[in-house]
Amino acid sequence: MGETVLEVRDLSVTFQLHDREVQAVREMNFSLKAGETLAVVGESGSGKSQAFLSIMGLLARNGRATGSARIDGKELVGMRSSDLDAIRGKDIAMIFQDPMTSLNPYMRIADQMIEVLVRHQNASRKEALERSEAMLRSVHLPDAKRVIRAYPHELSGGQRQRVMIAMALLCEPKVLFADEPTTALDVTVQAQMLSLFEELTDKFNTALVMITHDLGVVAGLADTMMVMYAGRAVEKGTVDELFYSPRHPYTLGLLHSTPRGDNKRRRLDPIKGMPPNLTNLPSGCSFHPRCEFKTEICLQKRPALEPRTDGRISACHHDDAVKNANEKVA
Amino acid sequence: MLTYVLRRIISIVPVAFIAITACFFILRLAPGGPFDQERALPPAILRNLRAAYDLDQPLIVQYFLYIGRLLRFDLGPSMVVQDFTVSQLLTLGLPFTIMLGMSAFIIATLIGMLAGIIAAVQQNRWPDYVLVLVVMIGLIVPNFLMGSILQLLFGVYLKWLPAGGWRAGSMAHLVMPITVLAWPHAARISRLMRGSMIEVLGSNYVRTARAKGLGQRLVLARHAIKPALIPVVSYLGPGLSYLLTGSLIVEQIFGLPGIGRYFINAALSRDYGLVLGTVILYMAIILLLNLLVDLAYAWLDPKVRYR
Amino acid sequence: MAGITHKDETLSRYAEDLAGEGPKGRSLTEDALRRLFTNKAALISLIVVALIVLIAFIGPYFVPWHYSTVDWTAIRKPPDFEKLHYLGTDQNGRDLLARLLQGTQMSLIVAAVATLVSVVIGIVYGAVAGYFGGRVDAVMMRFVDIMYALPYILFVIILVVIFGRSPVLLFVGIGAIEWLTMARIVRGQTLSLKEREFIEAARASGAKPFTIIMRHIVPNLAGPVVIYATLTIPEIIITESFLSYLGLGIQEPQTSLGTLISEGAQVIEVMPWLLVAPAIMLVLLLLCLSYIGDGLRDALDPKDR
Repeated sequence: MGETVLEVRDLSVTFQLHDREVQAVREMNFSLKAGETLAVVGESGSGKSQAFLSIMGLLARNGRATGSARIDGKELVGMRSSDLDAIRGKDIAMIFQDPMTSLNPYMRIADQMIEVLVRHQNASRKEALERSEAMLRSVHLPDAKRVIRAYPHELSGGQRQRVMIAMALLCEPKVLFADEPTTALDVTVQAQMLSLFEELTDKFNTALVMITHDLGVVAGLADTMMVMYAGRAVEKGTVDELFYSPRHPYTLGLLHSTPRGDNKRRRLDPIKGMPPNLTNLPSGCSFHPRCEFKTEICLQKRPALEPRTDGRISACHHDDAVKNANEKVA
Repeated sequence: MLTYVLRRIISIVPVAFIAITACFFILRLAPGGPFDQERALPPAILRNLRAAYDLDQPLIVQYFLYIGRLLRFDLGPSMVVQDFTVSQLLTLGLPFTIMLGMSAFIIATLIGMLAGIIAAVQQNRWPDYVLVLVVMIGLIVPNFLMGSILQLLFGVYLKWLPAGGWRAGSMAHLVMPITVLAWPHAARISRLMRGSMIEVLGSNYVRTARAKGLGQRLVLARHAIKPALIPVVSYLGPGLSYLLTGSLIVEQIFGLPGIGRYFINAALSRDYGLVLGTVILYMAIILLLNLLVDLAYAWLDPKVRYR
Repeated sequence: MAGITHKDETLSRYAEDLAGEGPKGRSLTEDALRRLFTNKAALISLIVVALIVLIAFIGPYFVPWHYSTVDWTAIRKPPDFEKLHYLGTDQNGRDLLARLLQGTQMSLIVAAVATLVSVVIGIVYGAVAGYFGGRVDAVMMRFVDIMYALPYILFVIILVVIFGRSPVLLFVGIGAIEWLTMARIVRGQTLSLKEREFIEAARASGAKPFTIIMRHIVPNLAGPVVIYATLTIPEIIITESFLSYLGLGIQEPQTSLGTLISEGAQVIEVMPWLLVAPAIMLVLLLLCLSYIGDGLRDALDPKDR
């Protein structure tokens, strides 16, 4: 792991609705080193996408970010969008969930890729075209010559997502956010896509944030992991730590509700209840209505995300109980 | 692309043919004729006149004679404005109508698109609200009323502009007619443009473009405007035909020398040749424009081209 | 002219939706109407239009003057409350308020009758095309497409000239051209109804096509007809006033909004009140109808806001 490339402190995102405010993300903290892969895991609505959209300056008009997100010491939160434009696409790039609609259907792939290099590196069209083609080959699109002349509707979903990845990597960004990049794809394509991410982050030493609700995606790919619930990170750690010894009941629940490929046979056990309404969070710990470990204190006091037993970082009053419960099942 | 164009052109022929046939017979089946005047003509003269315009032949023969001439681009003689052929009369009025219509069309389309884009980018801020009001006026106030109001305001009270009439080369005489013609069209275009622009700006691919750091202007110019134009372009054809028929009344209000005035007089005096000729001309223009719109559509949307 | 409401686009999409709706049936229309009534602007407009209709038809009984009565003591007079000419008089000494009410009434009647004519033609045409389907449908709908390509207003003028100056024929003439969109809608609805069980059952029990259309398809068209009529009426009001403005419409001593505006526009410099009152009435009517139309459009296509 190299030096720290992205440092996020107390990042919060608020949306102004007609009659009220909704806090989609609350006080998110993490840092990312070059070449590191961080998985951000949570159900839909947990705020995981909005956090990273806000760093990219891509929030909807009614959204507002506070806190700090620094890349190379440059503060992105509150930066004028014209200044931000010099950074996004170059130092920091993002890949979206739906490759079908994320490429402009009215432009050839070539034009959509070239403009990135022209914008950020003052490349000539000819040079940009050559480099785009080379990048398409790096994402294992062997008939790059055809692909680059195609319109998006002439490509398959997997091909389009590869194009998206190639486009994001054109300027060899320091940080890459991938928002559910495999969700819309076939299962077979998903696996190829994950190994592609692994290969490319090694090759370009890019720090990757993999935003997903699918723990299967995380297992082979990520180094560290952050679990989010109702706008807050509830547990952080290495992938091994969280997979083998979760310290938050929500992480435990996620593991139990995910089929696993390893030899540990477990009953699939979905988390009971529904994610909470962000405008009307439960008192104390947001997770308590769905938690089997809850006690009186969970209703009254929100547990901080802080080092607990064994130095593990979790936002649970009963991390010991979770640890023991997990060991018992194992 | 070429076969697409050819197919479109060929599909126009039966449409035009049936429409011409229908108009021909509807006109002829109506009571009255071009030579019904307040003082009846002597029978001998009437007979000669009718013979001169083939009106003494059976209707079906007249029809084939007309179609035969039409294929040679001959619209026949005018029956009321003597010594003139229909083509000559239309040629007199056409340049003016086209000039008026196209000026209004181009101005309105450009203004409408621009206003729509601005309103979409400034959604729910004051430019958007101003636009809603201006659009409403354009859509609600009928053109003849708008014409009268403008005449009164700028022609009679303020005396900034001539209230009507035409002097060759005088731009001042065109300001009000063009405004009356262009306003509803611009209103409609801006409404469509605003709606589709808002949709496009919220699309995933525009988000991708912004994520690439292209900046507002490039995002709009390269990624948003072209797709947002698609619904607008599909309206241009019908829009222009509304606009051209609107010029009928604008020419009447402001006393301008276009085709519109001939048409109304011709219809009232049962000048079959001139009425039919005008309808055919308008139809040709409209069909041609629809064709152009289809082509523009194919250019904008790659998926149409490959169909 | 056609097209202050631009109903053709809205309704064409609606017709396609109806055709593609499949055997589930009427919910599309019902949903749309329910959404319309939650739209405040549309609801207020609906009330205003209802009031205008009421006043236009009942008002004349309360106005002291008849629309064709000449008051020799008050010719070319601005509004005068003492002589009970609340909106003034015209060149012939006729009371403008009485004429305005009569004109509004006439415009509304023309619009209603022409809409009715177009609805009837449209239903018959569309139901036949949709019910028989196949080649009959293809030919009939092709004809509709051709009619769409014609310069609408020129056609109306031809018809009006042919039919002469009778107001009755004027309605028929306009209605005879307006039915195209209605035919498309009915065809769409018929196509989707055709597949439903009760029609299958009727067919299986040997009912004749005409009976099936009248008994089973027409009654299901109430919703589409309401929607169509709402969007068509303002269009016909404009067409009528346009024709009257050209001197092709309603004739003296009867009058309509278009005729009044046309007369007012000619003397605008000396007697502006003759233009102002009918102009306000026409614009108010069209404004409300357009809000209702917008409400309907949003209601039909909720994502298009």
